Amino acid sequence: MSQANLAVDPHAPGVMEERPFAIPSSKLVMWLFIISDAVTFGAILFAYGYVRNASPDWPTPFEGPSIWNTLLMTFILVTSSLTVLIAVKAAQDEDRARAFRWTILTAVLGVMFTALHLREWMDLIGKGVRTFQNPWGAPMFGATFFSITGLHMAHVIGGVIALIAVGLIYKAGRYSAKHIEVLSLYWHFVDLVWMFVVPLVYLMNMKR
Amino acid sequence: MSQEAAIAHHGPPTSFLRKHVFSVDHKVIGKQYFALAIVAVFIGMILSWLMRFHLVWPNAALPGLQWLSKVGAPAGVMTPEYYLSLLTMHGTLMVFFVLTNAPFAAFGNYFLPIQIGAEDMAFPRFNMMSFWTTFAAFVVLMAAFFVPDGPPISGWTAYAPLSAVGSDAGPGQGLGQTLWGLSIAIFCIASLLGSLNFISTTLDLRAKGMTLMRMPVSTWAWFITSCIALLAFAVLLPACLLLVLDRIAGTSFFIPAGLVISDRLQPHSGGSPLLWQHLFWFFGHPEVYIAILPAMGIVSHILINSMRRPLLSHKVVIGSMMAIGFLSYMVWGHHMFVSGMNPFSALVFSFPTLVITIPATVLTLIWLGSLYGSRLQITTASLFSLGFISMFVSGGVSGFFLAQPSIDIYLHATYFVVGHFHLVMGVAAIFGIFAATYFWFPKMSGRMMNETLGKIHFWFTFVGAYCIFMPFHYLGLAGNVRRTSSFVYDYAQPLIPVHKFITIAALCTGAVQFIFLINLLYSRFKGAPAPDNPWNATSLEWTVPSPPPWNNFGGKHPVVYHDPYQYGVEGASGDFIMQNSPEKVPVRS
Repeated sequence: MSQANLAVDPHAPGVMEERPFAIPSSKLVMWLFIISDAVTFGAILFAYGYVRNASPDWPTPFEGPSIWNTLLMTFILVTSSLTVLIAVKAAQDEDRARAFRWTILTAVLGVMFTALHLREWMDLIGKGVRTFQNPWGAPMFGATFFSITGLHMAHVIGGVIALIAVGLIYKAGRYSAKHIEVLSLYWHFVDLVWMFVVPLVYLMNMKR
Repeated sequence: MSQEAAIAHHGPPTSFLRKHVFSVDHKVIGKQYFALAIVAVFIGMILSWLMRFHLVWPNAALPGLQWLSKVGAPAGVMTPEYYLSLLTMHGTLMVFFVLTNAPFAAFGNYFLPIQIGAEDMAFPRFNMMSFWTTFAAFVVLMAAFFVPDGPPISGWTAYAPLSAVGSDAGPGQGLGQTLWGLSIAIFCIASLLGSLNFISTTLDLRAKGMTLMRMPVSTWAWFITSCIALLAFAVLLPACLLLVLDRIAGTSFFIPAGLVISDRLQPHSGGSPLLWQHLFWFFGHPEVYIAILPAMGIVSHILINSMRRPLLSHKVVIGSMMAIGFLSYMVWGHHMFVSGMNPFSALVFSFPTLVITIPATVLTLIWLGSLYGSRLQITTASLFSLGFISMFVSGGVSGFFLAQPSIDIYLHATYFVVGHFHLVMGVAAIFGIFAATYFWFPKMSGRMMNETLGKIHFWFTFVGAYCIFMPFHYLGLAGNVRRTSSFVYDYAQPLIPVHKFITIAALCTGAVQFIFLINLLYSRFKGAPAPDNPWNATSLEWTVPSPPPWNNFGGKHPVVYHDPYQYGVEGASGDFIMQNSPEKVPVRS
């Protein structure tokens, strides 16, 4: 029966459950958002798999230069996860100037990633890839490529804006190390999503 | 905590705009959601009137309808396509803006923080953003009425390829359908923001002594619902975005090759309409529980108060709701038995669908078992709670039939399904909303609602709802297909009198709802002043003044000493003990 614990003194220690993982609300909410966003990416990757399996003439156009470009982009994004880590560490050490520098460096790496990515988009568009056609085969190739990488790029751009904004407010002294840390979670997540995008969208579509 | 810091920084707002429009107070936001739901439910109801009227008097002109759409209703008589437009808007408004908004967002926003002893939500600004994002979604959806071709004709499920190909597929499939896709995508973002807030508030802002098992059932229901919404809307969002891409960017996610519509070969290939159904129903089935779970929690909360004793088991109720939430993700395929999906998958989806009836039955048995032998106080709120159980059982029983693929193949495209989901999801959840309104209105407004009018409202609505939706099952068994505006086949002709009966019942039952509206508005301004605790209830919302002050507990931090439902306690000074009363309670044997 539910009345079993009625006589327990509420002021006695150990009545309340621990907060989940003992983290502040803002961090909890970021984790919940990441779960939800992972499901969103999962759904769009599921759609990609569904359409790809249903198309017998799925094109596999990516060649050396394109793969090298992707590897470079991956390298930049992984490096940016490292720089944001340093920023968090500096913020926890109360070194605001250093934390700001590394946060902005992370944002710069994000911009470089986006620039390389857009260059590749332009390259593909120049080769005649559209959301509804391409020179090689199943027309859905372009649709899936642009929607998946576009959704990811939107996350990177949003992250860059957030890094700059949070960095500036942090430097002005109105945010604490917690804000940098919570934002770093998001940035690592965007990095992690890219680790799924590279094999599924690029490596699986390499020229054989 | 971040929220306390926020409140320390900002005092209560003084300007009209900050106080009533762009307020960060969860109570104002809850009322805003409620008002939006009331607007949506009356629009949706009037749309259903128009449809019912057209079904049985197809040639009668409805004066004024041509004003809404010159193309869709020339001279006031709606075209078959415009019937489908109204059907789409009725379903979309009701499912998203009423059944999701009212029991979950409106009452959850208002009462979840108070029931756990918090001053506000964990992220008050996010909360304000959720409401105004929802409002934007509503405006975008309503805009579909005013574009040249009118609203889409593809139903609230927006089945592809009809929803994906554009205006070749019929009026409303141009701009109207694009607006629909955008509106629902915006709605998804709002719901995601809302559920993030609900979860973190429940986990982080509970008052001292408010352990998880001491939370009222209604709080548990809102918490579980927000966990479901967090993942369900996360799938509908990309689905709607891909749908919009199909429509404006020439992609073909949901359109197969070689599709000819209106004698024109569609310039699409490579997609699959089944993909839309998978993505949509992966959201769509959990959505059913997003609508019904808060009502289950609210009804339990109210019945316990009216019975003056706890349910047979607090833990089993919560466990059953969790099981329903978990299983709701495994059953989406039962909406697709006739979609051309592999028949083996139908078998696989049928099993968890039948399993989900077990926690639902456990809940029902707990309600009935707790009611047995109790001296129930008959108030409008408790009547609507009993009505909820009645509707839930009546609608749920037909679910046993539909869960079996072999039976569903015959019944799926008929009125049988319409009767099923209207009873179990629509009317049941609406009864939960009514119960919540009659129960909590004194707290929200500081005034009592009129009980006599409330009871009249209940009996007419209860009988009326059965008169409308029970014959639907009969129509379905007789083979009457749904989503058509006329009876072109000979075998459907004898069913027209049944439709006439339903239409008259719908017009009357709808008219009765204006009694509720009048009661709501009259009581808001002229009702008898409400005491702090008019129902002698035990949970924290009844410890604060009616209506609660700006920061709920007047800056004090409540301490919780008891389980939520200490009714009928022997040896207590009253027949009940409030959750925050330090009075000792004898352990029951």
